[in-house]
Amino acid sequence: MECTATMPDRPEKVYFFGTCLIDLCFPRAGMAGMELLQREGIQVIYPQQQSCCGQPAYNSGFPDEARQVARQQLKAFPQDYPVIVPSGSCGGMLKHHYPKLFADQPEAAEAQHLASRVFELTEFLVNVLGVELEDRGQPIKVTWHSSCSALREMRVIEYSKSLVRQLKNVEVIELQRERECCGFGGSFSVKQADLSSAMVADKVADIEQTGASLLLSGDCGCLMHIGGALEHRKIAIPVKHIAEFILERTRG
Amino acid sequence: MAETVVVDFPKNFTRALNDGQLRRNLRAAMDTLGMRRRTLFSDPVAFEQLRARGDAIRQRALRQLPELLERLETKCTANGIQVHWAETPAQANGICLEILRRHKATRVIKGKSMVSEEMHLNHFLEEHGVEALETDLGEYIIQLDHETPSHIIVPAIHKNRDQIARLFHEKIPDTPYTEVVEELNAIARKVLREKFFAGEVGVSGVNFAVAETGTLCLVENEGNGRMCTTAPPVHIAVMGLEKVVERLEDVPPLLRLLTGSATGQLITTYFNMITSPRKQGEKDGPKEVHLILLDNGRSKIWADPELRQTLKCIRCGACMNHCPVYTRLGGHAYGYVYPGPIGSILTPQLEGLDHAGAMATASSFCGACEEVCPVKIPIVDILRRLRVESYNKQDASNAVKGHGYKTNATESLTWKAWALSNAVPWINAVNAKLLGLLGPLLPRLPAWGIVKGWRQSRALPRFAGKSLHALAKESRIRDE
Repeated sequence: MECTATMPDRPEKVYFFGTCLIDLCFPRAGMAGMELLQREGIQVIYPQQQSCCGQPAYNSGFPDEARQVARQQLKAFPQDYPVIVPSGSCGGMLKHHYPKLFADQPEAAEAQHLASRVFELTEFLVNVLGVELEDRGQPIKVTWHSSCSALREMRVIEYSKSLVRQLKNVEVIELQRERECCGFGGSFSVKQADLSSAMVADKVADIEQTGASLLLSGDCGCLMHIGGALEHRKIAIPVKHIAEFILERTRG
Repeated sequence: MAETVVVDFPKNFTRALNDGQLRRNLRAAMDTLGMRRRTLFSDPVAFEQLRARGDAIRQRALRQLPELLERLETKCTANGIQVHWAETPAQANGICLEILRRHKATRVIKGKSMVSEEMHLNHFLEEHGVEALETDLGEYIIQLDHETPSHIIVPAIHKNRDQIARLFHEKIPDTPYTEVVEELNAIARKVLREKFFAGEVGVSGVNFAVAETGTLCLVENEGNGRMCTTAPPVHIAVMGLEKVVERLEDVPPLLRLLTGSATGQLITTYFNMITSPRKQGEKDGPKEVHLILLDNGRSKIWADPELRQTLKCIRCGACMNHCPVYTRLGGHAYGYVYPGPIGSILTPQLEGLDHAGAMATASSFCGACEEVCPVKIPIVDILRRLRVESYNKQDASNAVKGHGYKTNATESLTWKAWALSNAVPWINAVNAKLLGLLGPLLPRLPAWGIVKGWRQSRALPRFAGKSLHALAKESRIRDE
């Protein structure tokens, strides 16, 4: 796994890959991501033909079904624009796993081409656009959850956190075990529900001990999982995608 | 293996997850091991360079495995080491027993060896009237408690000091209760010292076997390995056939990676290099040295280029120490000899997916194991491959044993429907609308199947009234 792709010069246009989870459950995070890009003068294209990256099937042992869905994404993002993904997990799928998924397929070159254009949202905001944020919000204590794929596959956690750190009224209290998985893992969370529950229980305890009033992350899979566990335990700590948070704090 | 092991994974997992003491012991131990490793490999750039070297050495060895094994045999034989080949654990046990019988030996002292666990050697010897005593402290502790190792490097890691204190007090005659570590060590040392003198045959594992020189390398911290391989007149080394390396100069980087990854040590207290039995005029060392090379399914793993990477493993256990699943289960819950991430890719290949396939599902694919693996085994990719094979009924030449065991119509249809919905935009749009409309009803429906699993500890996600597709369209975001 290479650290980061060669960064493009500031482009005029980008594609936005919203991810299926944001599409269905967290659309405001997706809209916020696109607004952050537009605000920097970038023209955002949201292909209506897009759906899911295919990871659920890919990781569950169904590569043919994953390919069938992935082909649709190859079709939806044909032009040579950067593809911005508000998720380390789905970004990792497009960037690191599409070339493997299509290695011996006619679409191998297309998959490579798409993979080479993929950027995680915060990585793109920091590295390519060099965004500067002015915090207009009230003082708040937040904590940050690193998704495993953002941390180990996309390696973008420092970019994400650097954005939060730019917000002067936001105090970030770090988790004691920030590098430990929350136990989501897609189908793992239901196929090994006991294990997954044990993992998220520890994550919730770690979040509680920070005393933060909000949990941030760059991946809605983890947020759905941890947020669900917090709600199940009736712990009043809301969860929010970083794009939505940044936009709210900096909006005039 | 002669007997088929049936492991009840769900039951094991539940039991382990409910064992608070076990969870606390493991967490404390894993934190310490992880911290020590981080301290030793504190420079990430240097570590990447070192493990790239380790990876290259192991890949080079595996590329020429058949030739290297032949070279190893030739060299060892020339050095006076007797080499035996075993395709199965039963054959390896048979070879051991034959050697013991030839020497009329009934007392074996053992250094730590995971391959001997794979052979269930102790159990086999016991059935044939031979006492096999484990001399590694951790192994000795679990043998006293009639347990198997729960970790490949630290076999008694599931136990804390108090539990060991009680065990010694109860199981070793005339032992007063003490929780002082030094005193506990002294108790074990006293018992073991006598056994070392009485041992007729010593059995050990092998960390690396050098084809170039015919040298067997043994890494250890307690000196018991040296005792087992020098005090008795006969030494039997058992080794998985993937442990061979090409050259002597391949050993130092691997040793550094092994000790650093396993226990955060720059080097272990003892490092033994065994190249021959006692030579004429020498005052000590065994008169006979035997090397048993065990296959047990490794050739089949080797034949597949992707799965072959499993065999790069140098058995450091770092993947376990950093695994969020292992940390919560411990080794015993996995039910087989090799637990944790390496066990989860190795065991299903050795035992068959139909028996151990569940191990491949016990991972969130977090990748913490790959991050620390000193020889860069793509553990997650191999786990994913095993999941694919679990549903694949086709008899390809490289299919994993027991493949297709999970194939079922419900799951196949579910994924087909999912694929259709996500590959055809209009179906996807209809679906999103339906979920937005019907989603709020979900929590009121009875919990079934996967929803039940989710709801045991998590509230259901809420589907948005309007999807991102819909919002983007409303906001006139360009669609190209």
